[in-house]
Amino acid sequence: MDTTKIASTNGTTAATTGRPSPLAGVGTWADERLGLATAMKKQIRKVFPDHWSFMLGEIALWSFVVLLLSGVFLTLWFTPSMAEIQYEGSYDQLRGIHMSEAYASTLNISFDVRGGLLMRQMHHWAAMLFIAAMLVHLMRVFLTGAFRKPRELNWVIGGVLILLGIVEGFAGYSLPDDLLSGTGLRIADGLVKATPVVGTYMSFFMFGGEFPGELIIPRLYIAHVLLIPGLILALIAAHMLLLVYHKHTQWPGPGRTEQNVVGYPLLPVYAAKAGGFFFIVFGVCATMGGLLAINPVWKYGPYDPSKVTAGSQPDWYMGIAEGLLRIMPGWETHIFGVTISWNVFLPGQIAPVALLMMVLAWPFLEAWVTGDKREHHLLQRPRNAPTRTAFLAAMITAYGLLWAAGGNDILALKFNLNLNYITYFMRVAIFVVPVLVFFLARRWCISLQRHDNEVLLHGYETGIIMRSPEGGYSERHLPISTERAYSLTARDRDVVVPDPQPTDGQGVRDKGYPVRKLRARLSQGMFANNVQKPTTSELEEAHHHAEHEHELEHASGMDRPADGHQFDGHADHTPDEAPLRGH
Amino acid sequence: MRLLNRSAGRLSQHRRGPLAGLVVLLLGLLLTGGLYTVLAPAQAQKAESDAELVAKGRELFLVGCSFCHGQNGEGISTARPGYQIGPSLVGVGAAAVDFQVGTGRMPMAQPGAQVPRKEVQYSEEEIAALAAYVASLGPGPAIPSEQDYSLEGLSEEEREEAVVRGGQIFLTNCTACHNFDGSGGAMPQGGYAPQVRGVEPKYIYEAMLTGPQAMDNFTNGNLSPEMKRDVIAYLQSLETTPEYGGFGMGGIGPVAEGLFAWLVGIGSLVGFAVWIAAHTTRTSKDKVEA
Repeated sequence: MDTTKIASTNGTTAATTGRPSPLAGVGTWADERLGLATAMKKQIRKVFPDHWSFMLGEIALWSFVVLLLSGVFLTLWFTPSMAEIQYEGSYDQLRGIHMSEAYASTLNISFDVRGGLLMRQMHHWAAMLFIAAMLVHLMRVFLTGAFRKPRELNWVIGGVLILLGIVEGFAGYSLPDDLLSGTGLRIADGLVKATPVVGTYMSFFMFGGEFPGELIIPRLYIAHVLLIPGLILALIAAHMLLLVYHKHTQWPGPGRTEQNVVGYPLLPVYAAKAGGFFFIVFGVCATMGGLLAINPVWKYGPYDPSKVTAGSQPDWYMGIAEGLLRIMPGWETHIFGVTISWNVFLPGQIAPVALLMMVLAWPFLEAWVTGDKREHHLLQRPRNAPTRTAFLAAMITAYGLLWAAGGNDILALKFNLNLNYITYFMRVAIFVVPVLVFFLARRWCISLQRHDNEVLLHGYETGIIMRSPEGGYSERHLPISTERAYSLTARDRDVVVPDPQPTDGQGVRDKGYPVRKLRARLSQGMFANNVQKPTTSELEEAHHHAEHEHELEHASGMDRPADGHQFDGHADHTPDEAPLRGH
Repeated sequence: MRLLNRSAGRLSQHRRGPLAGLVVLLLGLLLTGGLYTVLAPAQAQKAESDAELVAKGRELFLVGCSFCHGQNGEGISTARPGYQIGPSLVGVGAAAVDFQVGTGRMPMAQPGAQVPRKEVQYSEEEIAALAAYVASLGPGPAIPSEQDYSLEGLSEEEREEAVVRGGQIFLTNCTACHNFDGSGGAMPQGGYAPQVRGVEPKYIYEAMLTGPQAMDNFTNGNLSPEMKRDVIAYLQSLETTPEYGGFGMGGIGPVAEGLFAWLVGIGSLVGFAVWIAAHTTRTSKDKVEA
């Protein structure tokens, strides 16, 4: 590394420039009054490791900034009221129609406010990207084991952020009071009403009477512009502060340990990269908002409980709730004159929360099973945690299947399929396919672990095919670099918990036996099949063997290309002049 | 140009020649005859009596339709009660024939959940003949004329009102199956409500009038001719108004939007993330390991 530009001392007096400049004057003025230099000295030199997957969370952060900016613009014109008025705006097809003020003001933003439609569409696209980016970020954190101690709480904060983002998105989806948002609210009303015993009371409390009432839009509005964004902002702040406090995780490699962070400082490198990325995210949102028509509310018309449109779907992040509802059989129980709607209660309230909880609880389950209390700042490659990776693969599969089930009518229409058969297929697939994917992904990871060991022990495949004097063919393997070997072996061996004894030495029953046994079983299930990295002696033996092989190859001339002249006496150069690989 | 001038000049020299009059006369006759052959069939058909048209239609019907609908359009039932190979056509009217055959749905290629729109198999005269024959089987709705679904003769204000009214009728009666943008929607067991965006007004009118396949029958009693006209006016107005928001992604709602958010949005942003991470601070090309 080039160290000439790094300060050679860490003294207490600040370095001064040779020539006074107005900027330095301002800086000194501020520093003498605010003490910025002391605070910033550490922070602006904070180091962040460089990897593309570490920037996925930033997509969420920056799209949230786009949401705040475009959202403030929209609040200037949006009227959160369900009072009925007659539309007299620019959109011909709806002129004279009676509608709520909320819908009329949305049309107004779309057609009569300069740049309003662009802002609306940017806001909507940014919202779609916000939640998608949070999920992609979650996948990265989960697959690399970045949630391990000390980052478990930050993992939970992230999970709550996703939940809040979805609720926030749904509130925003409902605000324009068009046919689609009204249909979505009607489903939300059904979900609430499906709560046993108190469902109807909750629904009446929520809507201030029977659906749709006149209160829901103002209520959702205040939740959408104040309550939930406030919570999201506070949690993002906590998320980021914890990130600074914990320091960023990094991939293992030469020079990278659990005690250090290798990368570039915040200023100027990382600030430039992150700041630049904001403009890219803004640009993508603006491009999509300008070119792709999202939620054309004017075509849906004002909400009217007697109307509905084909292709009524929620935004994508609610797709799994929609899919669960669509594939659920119509089970209901009638008991003491009360109907319990399992067909809505289970898929609408229990299942989505259970799925999210399973993913959020995994770090705690894993920590309990391994009993690992150490801090982890080095990431794991997904293949080195096969059960974990397979679990997420199964969850992604379940998510994808339910998501597809939520769009079953569109799938049927666009791919000429039978709507009913898609539903029947999904009812089985949601239980079968994730399990298949789990085992497939796990075996795949274990195979990749084996491959890593193969590379460590026998070197990489050069793609050079050698023919021996006897006529046999073999591929030449060359040893990998020390750096690569270090990165591949910079991981812990998995410890499998052995089966506990039901009684101690004196024959007294162990009270905690069932729990200990469960932990042992889980540990065996999660880690017993993993392939561990080779031991030092195995590596040395393999290298010794490889050296011997290479000597033999060299002796027989097999490590050099043969042009035939070696054997006919017309060789005009020695074989050593033609190396196998010209580096 | 000069060549043209020269040949025109040369032709002009012969304008007073002995054969000039004859040539002009021949050219005139050729033009009149040619025009007559182009225009004549339509006039000739109009002149054709209804009885002849019905007879011609019956001939076509026996060849192309009777296999399923019966030799007299009475329909053919199967052994299972309530099921038919083809329904009775008595009373469906000329409008039904014009819709089914004019959009290529009939003759059907194969039985199935849905009869798709396909290439039209009959010429316009043949369709007219078939329609006349089926209309003769029993009273039914006639083929609507263009006045029935055009806004001609209305003032600008009345037109606007018609479009607005049509939009509300469309959203109340049609979008549940045909989608808010007329993009179509899925129906149970492999059926679907076809796309109505871009369909000729005549066929939309006939579909409302006759209720083909799984569609409801909107008789003039429950949806007056003016209301039908307004629905068509609304659909036409959607086609003439620009896509304000940009590319509509098929006009099928949030599913397509989610697809674009992931493929275009997240896809490009992850691509950018890879690009940013791949570029370090180095300005020189000498590789520095960080």
